[in-house]
Amino acid sequence: MSRRQSLTLVKNLGRFTTGSKNQTRSVTYMPRPGDGKPRPVTLIPGDGVGPLVTNAVEQVMEAMHAPVYFEPFDVHGDMKSLPEGLVESIKKNKVCLKGGLKTPVGGGVSSLNVNLRKELDLFASLVNCFNLPGLASRHENVDIVVIRENTEGEYAGLEHEVVPGVVESLKVITKFCSERIAKYAFEYAYLNNRKKVTAVHKANIMKLADGLFLESCQEVAKKYPSIAYNEIIVDNCCMQLVARPEQFDVMVTPNLYGNLVANTAAGIAGGTGVMPGGNVGAEYAVFEQGASAGNVGKDTTEEQKNANPVALLLSSAMMLRHLQFPSFADRLETAVKRVIAEGKCRTEDLGGKSTTQEVVDAVISKLD
Amino acid sequence: MAKRSVSILNRLLANPSSPFTAPTRSITYMPRPGDGAPRTVTLIPGDGIGPLVTGAVEQVFEAMHAPVHFERYEVRGNMRKVPEEVMESVKRNKVCLKGGLATPVGGGVSSLNMQLRKELDIFASLVNCINVPGLVTRHENVDIVVIRENTEGEYAGLEHEVVPGVVESLKVITKFCSERIARYAFEYAYLNNRKKVTAVHKANIMKLADGLFLESCREVAKAYPGITYNEIIVDNCCMQLVAKPEQFDVMVTPNLYGNLIANTAAGIAGGTGVMPGGNVGAEHAIFEQGASAGNVGNDKIVEQKKANPVALLLSSAMMLKHLQFPTFADRLEVAVKQVIREGKWRTKDLGGDCTTQEVVDAVIAALD
Repeated sequence: MSRRQSLTLVKNLGRFTTGSKNQTRSVTYMPRPGDGKPRPVTLIPGDGVGPLVTNAVEQVMEAMHAPVYFEPFDVHGDMKSLPEGLVESIKKNKVCLKGGLKTPVGGGVSSLNVNLRKELDLFASLVNCFNLPGLASRHENVDIVVIRENTEGEYAGLEHEVVPGVVESLKVITKFCSERIAKYAFEYAYLNNRKKVTAVHKANIMKLADGLFLESCQEVAKKYPSIAYNEIIVDNCCMQLVARPEQFDVMVTPNLYGNLVANTAAGIAGGTGVMPGGNVGAEYAVFEQGASAGNVGKDTTEEQKNANPVALLLSSAMMLRHLQFPSFADRLETAVKRVIAEGKCRTEDLGGKSTTQEVVDAVISKLD
Repeated sequence: MAKRSVSILNRLLANPSSPFTAPTRSITYMPRPGDGAPRTVTLIPGDGIGPLVTGAVEQVFEAMHAPVHFERYEVRGNMRKVPEEVMESVKRNKVCLKGGLATPVGGGVSSLNMQLRKELDIFASLVNCINVPGLVTRHENVDIVVIRENTEGEYAGLEHEVVPGVVESLKVITKFCSERIARYAFEYAYLNNRKKVTAVHKANIMKLADGLFLESCREVAKAYPGITYNEIIVDNCCMQLVAKPEQFDVMVTPNLYGNLIANTAAGIAGGTGVMPGGNVGAEHAIFEQGASAGNVGNDKIVEQKKANPVALLLSSAMMLKHLQFPTFADRLEVAVKQVIREGKWRTKDLGGDCTTQEVVDAVIAALD
């Protein structure tokens, strides 16, 4: 049940990534009777630029007449815990789209982004970092999928002050979680015709913790003899990413390294404003900006309303596939990529001067 | 003792790699009587390419007739701990030059690189990542100094298996260590006319641990009103590094982030094969390749003897400044940079095909 769903998700994610190389797709989809029924999706606009970009998605979905309707929930990063009906809504709908929730630095409030992932056990975070045609960047031939363990590791949030001035922070690694993220990564590679999986670690220093992670990856790798498996120490990995990114294909990482590697990879391929991504567990999926999902932009971006909606638009295309509306997903992606390839309508982070609304209008006009 | 550390800092901080636009410098140094007495330096060739690159340094020093003689000690990464005599030698000489020690992944052997730093309390690691004239990279205007806490944090090596399949790894942050690395960073900035210090953290998630680090940085920042201080979350930092590296000046980081940021910054500025760096404590200093010091190259490079000696040569120039032999340091740096600028003698990681020996010969030929 959950396996099939995760397989479908993975398959649909795969279609997206292979399609990123074409402008339009010529694949025929055969829906099942009743597939066109509208699906409800929980919507969390979030903080900062969040409402701006989720609103962009809402506008585009309406223009496409996509069979999706949103149940919005007001959540802000400085709330002490997730609001009452939110988790139930997501458990009912199984799918959520969200803008960023701004986690306050310091203080006693724990990250709601992390809470949500833990509560729903969304153990895999996936970001696809690839060069977009028309968007010049310093690195070419980038096509990396970073699969990051989402629930444990350094971000478990288990800290305490032993004595004043001395703090201990626990990094917990379990076989259970390492195994399932490794399995997810190899499965992803297998379903999407990817040739190589690279495990990122620092097991020369954290021998037991990252050693356990590596062991799990090695075991899973044995079951996929046709997929090349290698390991790379995280510091060398960062250097290789900026020197020769074309050597990487699928990367499987624990929580913290995945965060950093995903952001670096997103940066070299064009910026976190355009990379799509999502978080998936056995039963639920939350779609948000690929990397840097907690980044809610600066005040000036919010005021001038020139946040980049591309990342969330592409992630919502992933969501449409997840909901089994592939032709809508294709139309949305094609329109977004046309807009980027043309280069006329770009927000500040891509070197242009457009507002979010102008980009949205451009995308809507390019829908076919 | 405090005075010695100030002078040590002075030497270390006297701009390790100032951008040489002209082939010669026109500064006169005034030595004190007795400054020419030869100094003894502990030399650890290390593993892999270590002996190759330290051999390069030895050759160049001989050609320069530098007043340095080396006490060589064989240490291998898979020894259980650093031999007693090596420790005594470093404590006696106060300065050490080393190639990398390959720390085995997994297993029960802890990192000897780390052991050395902890035993000698060498708490600051410094890497200067700067574009070298003549070496074309995808990023320009890079001039970043990464100052990384060297003794605690994630690399404390405190791990245990709670029950089979569950491992805990402790990340320890103390006010004492955070304060001293912050002080070092601001002092470095002050002495080298740097305008900005950026603290890298993930305190929105690790609120207590990285929060303590930030607190310490903020306190120290108050004592330096002429230096701009800001903070950046580490994932955004990685992205900004590859997008707009010119915004960074001096970066102060805890242990793990520093490792990754240093490697990324080294990568964007030309690779870990050319960036100089060192580790310094109140009483001792160890010079080694700037970033990725534990990287000892692969077997092929060792066989073909094609390791890049530039990083260690520039680090040994830093060492010569530290030992108060500034003219030798200048001559060495000028020669190395001339070789790079000419572009005829480059090892594989810089896009050429030379052996280590050929680069060394070119540097010796360029000495005046």
